[in-house]
Amino acid sequence: MSAKALGPVRRKFAPWNDPSAVPLIKIRDVSKSFGSFTAVNNVSLDIYEREFFALLGPSGCGKTTLMRMLAGFETPSAGSISIAGEDLAGTPPHKRPVNMMFQSYALFPHMSVEKNIAFGLEMDKLPKGEISARVEEMLKLVKLEEFAKRKPHQLSGGQRQRVALARSIAKRPKVLLLDEPLGALDKKLREETQFELLDLQMALGMTFVIVTHDQDEAMTMADRIAVMNHGQFVQISPPAELYEQPVSKYVADFIGDINLVEGRVTKNERGHIVLGSEVTGGRIEASGETVAGLGDKAWLAVRPEKVSIDLQPPNDPTVNTASGTVWDIGYVGDISVYHVKLDNGGTMRASIANTRRVVERPISWEDKVFLTWAPDAGIVLTK
Amino acid sequence: MAKPLQTQNRRWIVTAIPYLWMVIFFLVPFFIVLKISFSNSEIAQPPYSPVFDLIVDGWDETLDKLASLTTDNYLRLIQDSIYSSSYLSSLWIAGSSTVMMLFIAYPIAYGMARAPKSWRPTLVMMVILPFWTSFLIRVYAWIAILSEEGLLNSALTWLGVIDEPIQILSTNMAVYIGILYSYLPFMVLPLYSNLEKMDDSLIEAAKDLGCTQIGAFWRVTFPLSLPGVIAGCFLVFIPAVGEFVIPDLLGGSDTIMIGKTMWEEFFNNRDWPAASGVAIALLIILMIPIMIFQTNEARQQEAGR
Repeated sequence: MSAKALGPVRRKFAPWNDPSAVPLIKIRDVSKSFGSFTAVNNVSLDIYEREFFALLGPSGCGKTTLMRMLAGFETPSAGSISIAGEDLAGTPPHKRPVNMMFQSYALFPHMSVEKNIAFGLEMDKLPKGEISARVEEMLKLVKLEEFAKRKPHQLSGGQRQRVALARSIAKRPKVLLLDEPLGALDKKLREETQFELLDLQMALGMTFVIVTHDQDEAMTMADRIAVMNHGQFVQISPPAELYEQPVSKYVADFIGDINLVEGRVTKNERGHIVLGSEVTGGRIEASGETVAGLGDKAWLAVRPEKVSIDLQPPNDPTVNTASGTVWDIGYVGDISVYHVKLDNGGTMRASIANTRRVVERPISWEDKVFLTWAPDAGIVLTK
Repeated sequence: MAKPLQTQNRRWIVTAIPYLWMVIFFLVPFFIVLKISFSNSEIAQPPYSPVFDLIVDGWDETLDKLASLTTDNYLRLIQDSIYSSSYLSSLWIAGSSTVMMLFIAYPIAYGMARAPKSWRPTLVMMVILPFWTSFLIRVYAWIAILSEEGLLNSALTWLGVIDEPIQILSTNMAVYIGILYSYLPFMVLPLYSNLEKMDDSLIEAAKDLGCTQIGAFWRVTFPLSLPGVIAGCFLVFIPAVGEFVIPDLLGGSDTIMIGKTMWEEFFNNRDWPAASGVAIALLIILMIPIMIFQTNEARQQEAGR
């Protein structure tokens, strides 16, 4: 399933920045409690037509509950949800313009692949000819034409996943909800399927809302990601913004790998911040804005790949520097991550792309090293 | 080389034990009954002939005796209408109680499977609890309930439903009540074990695709519970066909069931060959549903893989 064959290529798409854009899904002040446990705590969110939106968070953060409220399997304790201007309060699942792809796939074991796909269409009482045409189209879309007569238990995991997908899009819902759609697949297949899903979403022009705990999955596919924790949104941003401009230590730590260096603000002018840090034993310069006042505690968040590691001290003494000894090296294949014990205590990590086949590393265990990073490599966080 | 051989031998012993058990306690008695069913009734000890004894008789006499075996008992089963009506009445009573049982047991099993997880072991326990009392005692208890001065009649009179006691005991009605009561757990338990492991997300998926709650039940839950339905039906139907105690204690003189007919043939008439013929014929009749049951089980195991 190549992007070319299916038409449009990924384009710049950011309706959330357009004040005149009308959201397709409006979630307003929604809460959900189970007894004394609050699963979703007063959240509001707009999702736009054709958007690929990801709800990302650790298990128990409320992302699945929020999705189940969209599907109608849970009723909000407070707040409202509307799709295409229609308030969904009191609308049972079978009357909602959304379909869901279940984490367990929930394929009907007593029905063949084609019967599974036709199920929703038969419920809509479409004419027989149209149903079979639509089923055939779906089978072709997910490349399962030869498997039409098989039962789910005669299929592989990847094939079942595609049947579940075909069944959930067969009714052409306005919104497709995907609950951990790739969770049961192995890594290689998962990566392939991510791109297939993306192409499919563009070709169909459908709005996808995906629930996942896998940040790679969310980063690869989503237009925007909502990071959830304890039933609330921590940050809602496009993937690059989430990675480069996290709003809190929680987000920074949850998405990818990060060094968090504690310090106190000694200077905060427009676009220029200086931290005094005991961890690096010196001053850290950073660009950007912060709400922190002078003397306040703050953290520099800098990704390991933006930190350089060298055996020699930097020529320019004003650059951000921390010195230490190599304590451990994590060789991951494409990159190597150096864990450095700083002279002032604490550790920092620097990662280097392995652009050559590593036979003997120039930097090894116990070496005295210098870590350097540019002022615009990191971001200052206050919470 | 010595060791694997030894383990092989031991494995052979392990598999041999159940076979040996079946041969001694099932196959040998079966062939004895089969042989008696081809014998002639005699007023003697034992009450049939011929009696084989290869050592005393020698070959020639044994062959003569073999020739005297007869199929008369089976011919009688066909000719005498008491047998065919017993079989038919047994099949009818067992069949209709099985259907009634399904209607009673399915909601019970469904309710149990939907109950909060912490309740379920207690509910299963309550279904099994009657087994802790002897079957015979429980059937006797029903006599006390169903008799004209019994609990049921007093309760109905007290409620004003009836003016004077009605006869329930010694009617087919009492037999149905007895069968429904006694075999209920055999229907509830297989249904429950099937419904309990059903994946809730299947129902949600059906609703998500446009099914109502009731539609989801008929299109998903019920078809998927069919193996449980079939298992429960056979577990009730097969023993109910040959039931003797319930029709004997609760039924009346017009209640004819094959178990009772067989008992009368054996103990009242002392006609062992005829009783054996009845038993063998019943076994053959029941072989059909048993074989259907087994193929169903096998297919289910296949699908479960």
